[in-house]
Formats: sequence, structure tokens, C-alpha cells
Amino acid sequence: MPILDVRHLRKSFGRLVAVDDVSFTLEAGKLVGLLGPNGAGKTTTVSMVSGLVTPERGDVLIAGKKLGGDTDPAKRRIGLVPQDLALYEELSAMANLKFFGALFGLSGGRLDKAIGAAMELVGLVDRMKDLVKTFSGGMKRRLNLAAGLLHDPDILLLDEPTVGVDPQSRNAIFDNLEELKRRGKALLYTTHYMEEVERLADRIVIIDHGKVIADDTLNGLQSRLIPAGGPSSGERLNLETVFLTLTGRSLRD
Amino acid sequence: MIPLLAMIRKDLQLFFSDRRSVIVSFVVPIAIASFFGSIFNGPRTGEPAKIAVMVIDQDETAISKAIVAGTSADRNLKVTVADADAARDSVRRGKTAVAVIIPKGFGDAAGSAFFNNGAKPELELAYDPSRNTELAMVRGIMTQYVMEAVSREMFGGAQGRKYLEQSLPQVESSSGLDAAQKAALLQMLRSVQGFYNTPGQAGSSGDAPRGITMPYTVKEQAMTSGNNVVYNGYAHSFAGMAIQFLLFAMANIGVEMLLERQRGLWKRLRSAPVSRTTLLAGKVLSGAIISLMILGVCFLFAMIVFGVRIEGSLAGFVGVSVACALMASTFGVLVAALGNSPATARGVTTLAVLMMVMLGGAWVPTFIFPAWLQQFTLIVPVRWAVDGLDGMTWRGIGLSGALAPIAVLLIFAIGFSLVAALRFRWEEG
Repeated sequence: MPILDVRHLRKSFGRLVAVDDVSFTLEAGKLVGLLGPNGAGKTTTVSMVSGLVTPERGDVLIAGKKLGGDTDPAKRRIGLVPQDLALYEELSAMANLKFFGALFGLSGGRLDKAIGAAMELVGLVDRMKDLVKTFSGGMKRRLNLAAGLLHDPDILLLDEPTVGVDPQSRNAIFDNLEELKRRGKALLYTTHYMEEVERLADRIVIIDHGKVIADDTLNGLQSRLIPAGGPSSGERLNLETVFLTLTGRSLRD
Repeated sequence: MIPLLAMIRKDLQLFFSDRRSVIVSFVVPIAIASFFGSIFNGPRTGEPAKIAVMVIDQDETAISKAIVAGTSADRNLKVTVADADAARDSVRRGKTAVAVIIPKGFGDAAGSAFFNNGAKPELELAYDPSRNTELAMVRGIMTQYVMEAVSREMFGGAQGRKYLEQSLPQVESSSGLDAAQKAALLQMLRSVQGFYNTPGQAGSSGDAPRGITMPYTVKEQAMTSGNNVVYNGYAHSFAGMAIQFLLFAMANIGVEMLLERQRGLWKRLRSAPVSRTTLLAGKVLSGAIISLMILGVCFLFAMIVFGVRIEGSLAGFVGVSVACALMASTFGVLVAALGNSPATARGVTTLAVLMMVMLGGAWVPTFIFPAWLQQFTLIVPVRWAVDGLDGMTWRGIGLSGALAPIAVLLIFAIGFSLVAALRFRWEEG
């Protein structure tokens, strides 16, 4: 049974249908790359999965159980790493993590242990007491990831977690994510960087105009396109070519 | 409970980490309230503030000298004798409120006008047009001293005797009066002459008071919290300024909530298994605690430095403070619910706070407002907060006097909360 089962989600804003009949699954220890052009519906999908937006139709099942309202304890099994650096710059890293951990009901020694483990994973233990505003962009991204891990969720939703970071920090984040996969966490990863998905993803879900247009492994996507008029079978397709073939080359912004 | 306490602790940490916010919320209201308090407080001796007046005696008669002497001794006036040009210049420069010019011939003409319809002399009052209230007071005070001086001279002074001696033969030889009128007037003048000739009068004893005097004296009693309790204007100014700046602090918390949304922090908050009520309650309670701190620090300073006392009910003071703090913190959440962007919300709420504190009597007491405005301002929560704190401090009213302000402020808090909960943008796309 998948740890996350997204079934027929639909959401519209006024006359705009942002997400239309989106379904996919995610298993423990796997990473699914959620790809799509700007405005395709990726962030709205992630928002519905994390409980920020109520779907008009469809369900989000966590380990087979439907995700309920704001206070559903099942939300403890989800960790969100938003695209924005959702941190209080004027507070220390420790104060930030204490606050975010407390929102999930952690306190006392349990909270301290969780903070230590998360900071250890992202390599920021020695900067625990420093104000976030003194951190570099890469350090803030790593702290952003740590904040989503505090309550030890089974599912981690990562919305473009490497935006604006240098190659060293990006590589460090990849190492963190691979370690999390090894620990059995299920990761849903949205990004515009094709090489990230090529490196990390076990499966790729491509969304366009609010609909899932492909859900397969990279190899599966590559083999599916060759008979459809893509490059010859002897030539290896990269993900970017696959993506552009499926979603078209017209600008979306 | 853990998330709620965490939200309160985090908001307090954020507030105190911003040095500028702390200074604006604690130091600035104390400085401004001290300034306003010194203006509205008046001298602590109970003596009224004196009006600066210049008197120019161009007449130099017994009457004009008596007027100058009377005004110089008045407790409401600070009189300087000067010449006319210097006095007018001083008024024009704003250093003197009113210049009183007693023209040549004033005494004779006033004496003549006192007994018959002779031409009335003019007493010139040159005044600063920005100080109309003081002009009205000086006009009233001058009426008293002119009447006393003229009547005293007419009923006992040399000028009155001289005027009587001139008038008697004129009346006797007058042909313009009918017989009855002439007889009555002659009788009155001879009676006055007889009064002059009475032993002890007309200079025989010299300094006995004569003429018309004010037929009453005034006992002034300031209605403060009790006997011998002097009005402390700092109580009002500190209440007003503390409320103004705690409202600014709470409006800022509302703007910060909008910034938190912009920075994606609300996504993280909403992804936690925490109810919307808890999220809003955390903001309201942390705001209320900060508001209470601002009120507490301001009043503590006022008590230590300016001797402000809670002369009424301590429970009432605490109750009004808590209700005021809740009203202010829910106002901050309302700002976050109704604001579109931090920049526009900041501008609109600054205007809203300034209007509320101006109409609520935080700057100047509401009694100086027109009657309709005094009624209108009852819909302004700051009015109830200021009146409530005034009632519990210098007015010395008991707990019952705090109940209405507490109830109204709590109704405002509930109203703000309901609108905020309904209008708050919860969904994060």
C-alpha cells in the first residue's frame, strides 16, 4: 500500500481550473519528481496534499486513511518544505526549530533531540544559536529542510527546495534527500531543474494545464516517446527533451 | 496547548528582538505623554495658570489707578504695566495674550456714564487672535474691576463728590425734565450727598471699601477622587499615549502577519495539525500580552515620576487594561484579515489609528469637542478605553464605573475577532 495516495484531485480558482483529476501514488523510500511548466498546477497539488487547500473533488490518503481537516493527526505524517524560505529571520535557528517543532506537539527533551537530529542531518549543528538573518542562502535552504523534518514525518513534500543555492549547498541537500530515502521516507519533489529529477527521482509525474500527462520512470518515459516520433531509438533522450516533447515549447509566463 | 504557548512565546521573541519596535512602543509614548501631561497638568499647587496681560494707564485718574491695582492683584492674571506700542508689539509676537489700554478721560467719562446716559468711554483690549479663550476671561475680569473702581469713586471718592456738586445745580436748573422726575433725581443726588457727609465716609476714614462690590465670592472645588487630591493631568496623557502606541504596535503585528504570509510562513503554520482558532488565538493573546506590557510600563513610569495614582478601583483598572489590550490585539488581527498587502495595510492602519486616538480623546479630552462629536465618538473604542482609565485613576471612580468600558471594549474585541475569522485568507494556493 502506498504511503501517499492522491486520487482525482480537482481545484479551481474562479473560472481557472488549476488542478483537474490529478492522481498519483508515492511509496515509502521512494522519491517522485513532480514536473510541469509554470502555472501547470504543481504548487496547488502540493498545497492540497499538505492540507493548505481543500480540494473540490478527490481525496488525499495517508497510509490508506483519508486526510481530514486542519487538526487531523495524520498531518503529523507529512512534512512540508515550502519554496519560500519560511523562517523567522530575526530569531535564531534554534528558536525557529523550537517553534516549528512545538506546532507539531513536540516539547522538552523530545523536541531538543529532534532539533539535534535535524540539524545534524543538514550540517548546521554549530550554527544553532545564530540568527537566521546571518545565514547564507544555502544555509537557509538547509534549515528550511530541517524545519520540515523535525516531527519525523513519513512523507516529505519538497517544493523547489534548491532555488537560489550554490552547487555545494545543492549537492549537500541531495545527499540529505538520499539519506532520507534510505531511512524509508517518501519524498514528493517539485522542481524546474531536470538534472535534479534525473539524479533523485524513482518516478516522474508530469503535470500540464492541471492534468497529469505522464506518470512513469525516466526509462519508461524515454521508451514511450521514441515510437511517438521522437529521436531515433539509438539516441538517448534526456529528461528535458522528454519534458519539452510532452508539454510543448510555447512560453507559459 | 503546546502550539498555542509556542506561538505566544515566538511572537514575544520577535517583538523584543526588534529594538526599534520596543523603543517606539515603550519610550516614545512615555516621552510624548510626559510632554502633554506637563501642558494639561497645570501647577501642582492648585493655583490656576496666569494669563499674561499688559495694562496701559493713559488716564492716570483714581479710577484708572484702582483698575490697574485690582487687575494686578488678581490671581488669574500676570499683569505688566507698559506703554501702548510695546504692549501691542508684545501681543503681536504672542508673548502677551491681551493688552488693556485705559485711554485718557476714561475715569471722567465712566463716572458720567455711571449716573446718566453720558457717552460711554472705550476700554481697548488688544488681543492675540489665537487666544480667544483668554480674551473672554480677561473681558470678564475687567468688568468686575471697572465696576468696582467706578462705583467706589462715584459713591465716595473726590471725583464723585466733584461730579455731584456739578450735577445738583444742573438738575435744579434743568427745564427738560418733568417735575416728578426732577424731584426724584434731586432726592437721589441729595441722598448721595448726605451719604458723603456721614461721619466715616467720603474720606473721613479714608480706606473703608465703598461702592459696588461683587455680591458673592467663589469657592472652587476640583472634583477629583477625594478631598485634598490634586488633579494629575499626567494620568490622562499617559492613558492616551499608551493606548495610541499599543494600537500602533498591534497594527504592526497585523502587518507582520501579512509579511509572514508573503514569506510563506503561514504555509508552514497551516501544514501543522493546529486549528485556525489556535492560530488566531495565539496572535490575539501574544498581542494582548504586549499591549498590557506597554500599558503597564507607561503607567508604572507615570506613577514613579509624576505621582499618578489609581485612586479608583484597582480591579477596575486591571479590567479596563485587559479589555483594552484584547481590543487592540484583535484590531491587529483584523488588519491582517482585511489587508491586501503589507504596504497598503501599513498606510491605512496608520490613518485608522490616528483617527481613533484623535476622536477617542487620547490627545485632548473629549469635553472640548462639539456636543454632536462627543456623542459620535462613543462608537470609537479608544474613547471607552481612555474614559475607563481616567475613571480608575484621577477621577477615583469605583469598580462599577469600569463595567461599561470593559463591556464595550470586549464587544469591540469580539466584533473584530469575528470579522477577522470570517475574512482571513486561510487557503494557501
